[in-house]
Amino acid sequence: MSTWDWQVFCKDTIDGEVRPGCFGQGGDITYLDWLLSAWGWTLSVAVLALVVALVVGSVMGIFRTTPSRALVVIGNVWTELFRNIPLLVQVFLWYHVLPALIPPLQQVPSFILVVFALGFFTSARVAEQVRAGIQSLPKGQRYAGLAMGLTLTQTYRYVLLPMAFRIVIPPLTSESMNIIKNSSVAFAVSIAELTMFAMQAQEETSRGVEVYLAVTGLYFVSAFVINRIALFIEHKVQVPGMIGGH
Amino acid sequence: MNLDFAFLDWSVFSSFVLKGLIFSVQLTLVAMLGGIALGTVLALMRLSGKKWLVMPAAFYVNTLRSIPLVMVILWFFLLIPLLIGRPMGAELSAIITFTVFEAAYYSEIMRAGIQSVPKGQVNAGYAVGMTYGQTMQLIVLPQAFRNMLPVLMTQTIILFQDTSLVYAIGAYDLLKGFEVAGKNFNRPVETYLVAAVVYFVICFSLSMLVRRLQKKIAIIR
Repeated sequence: MSTWDWQVFCKDTIDGEVRPGCFGQGGDITYLDWLLSAWGWTLSVAVLALVVALVVGSVMGIFRTTPSRALVVIGNVWTELFRNIPLLVQVFLWYHVLPALIPPLQQVPSFILVVFALGFFTSARVAEQVRAGIQSLPKGQRYAGLAMGLTLTQTYRYVLLPMAFRIVIPPLTSESMNIIKNSSVAFAVSIAELTMFAMQAQEETSRGVEVYLAVTGLYFVSAFVINRIALFIEHKVQVPGMIGGH
Repeated sequence: MNLDFAFLDWSVFSSFVLKGLIFSVQLTLVAMLGGIALGTVLALMRLSGKKWLVMPAAFYVNTLRSIPLVMVILWFFLLIPLLIGRPMGAELSAIITFTVFEAAYYSEIMRAGIQSVPKGQVNAGYAVGMTYGQTMQLIVLPQAFRNMLPVLMTQTIILFQDTSLVYAIGAYDLLKGFEVAGKNFNRPVETYLVAAVVYFVICFSLSMLVRRLQKKIAIIR
């Protein structure tokens, strides 16, 4: 392993011949084609899981701040359950255990199962941030809303959440970047994402360093892009005179 | 389908799972101690204000924190044999990887902890004639450690959960132990369930401990 061999990405995945232009033609696939499609899988898993995590995590986080004892308990149990089991074990639970216990799940593609595994795992962290964000607001805000005759739902919708969500954007940004990294665990159930590509292409080509560098680079780029998008959103929604506003 | 946990008796546990549990705990402890030691050095480098110390430490921490742990595990498993010229077992490779990787995370915690100590403490140290090293060792670090203890322990719980990722290089950890037992008795569903329960019980009790510790320390502060 003394010299670089970046041509490895132009090779056909079946006969190992270098293809001109690096992309396979007529149904042939080069390692570059495979790498890009793996990147697509990584982004799809991560983005869909992020949507699940934000929706479920927000609901659970809000539950934990309501006056209802039952909702608080549900939110707490949810958070502790999904936070104290390793992500890989949770992926196995979704992939091996749930379909065995609930037969209709056997028809669901493993891609969807991994999205829910990663999404629910991350939802516990999101719930924790959302709860902290709501609780960081002065108590008077809630009382003011209720005193004006708003219902509890309206108080959350128009008074508490608009402020709380702006506060939690920075920690949610880092959770969004974590979800890109954590999506690598999907390799364990044979999703054709970047880490899976890295392991298989390394084995087939013996050019591990080049393959790993490319994959690591794409993880960097993905996390960076998410970071920029989050910063853009943060600037877009900021309110003058409030935290981070001008 | 019917669940049947009867096969999971003590002899199955001790012949398949125990070995993995011991390795997971060992990996967690070594990576924790090594990671905290290396992480403290990195944190002190980043806070030293000297560019030639700050830059490499910042590069180390930021690089490792932006790569998925699974990829770091794969990288080390690939690179260590290339560097030392002979193959290395998955278990030893995992121990080196986790120590190096966790140091990046512990160093961020240590940095925050050191910065949480009021500046006056450092100035007081200098005022009574202590050197930078003495001030850090005798005044700042003991207080920083106390402030940071709950966060350090929380990170260690995450570390224990992350040890399951050595799956990528086939090391024999707690999860692998359950998996092998499940394959041997053709009862994978039950063993994965029990594995989840075992991880949950360990991590949940530890996080309860951390919460109690946090309350105690909050009073002292």
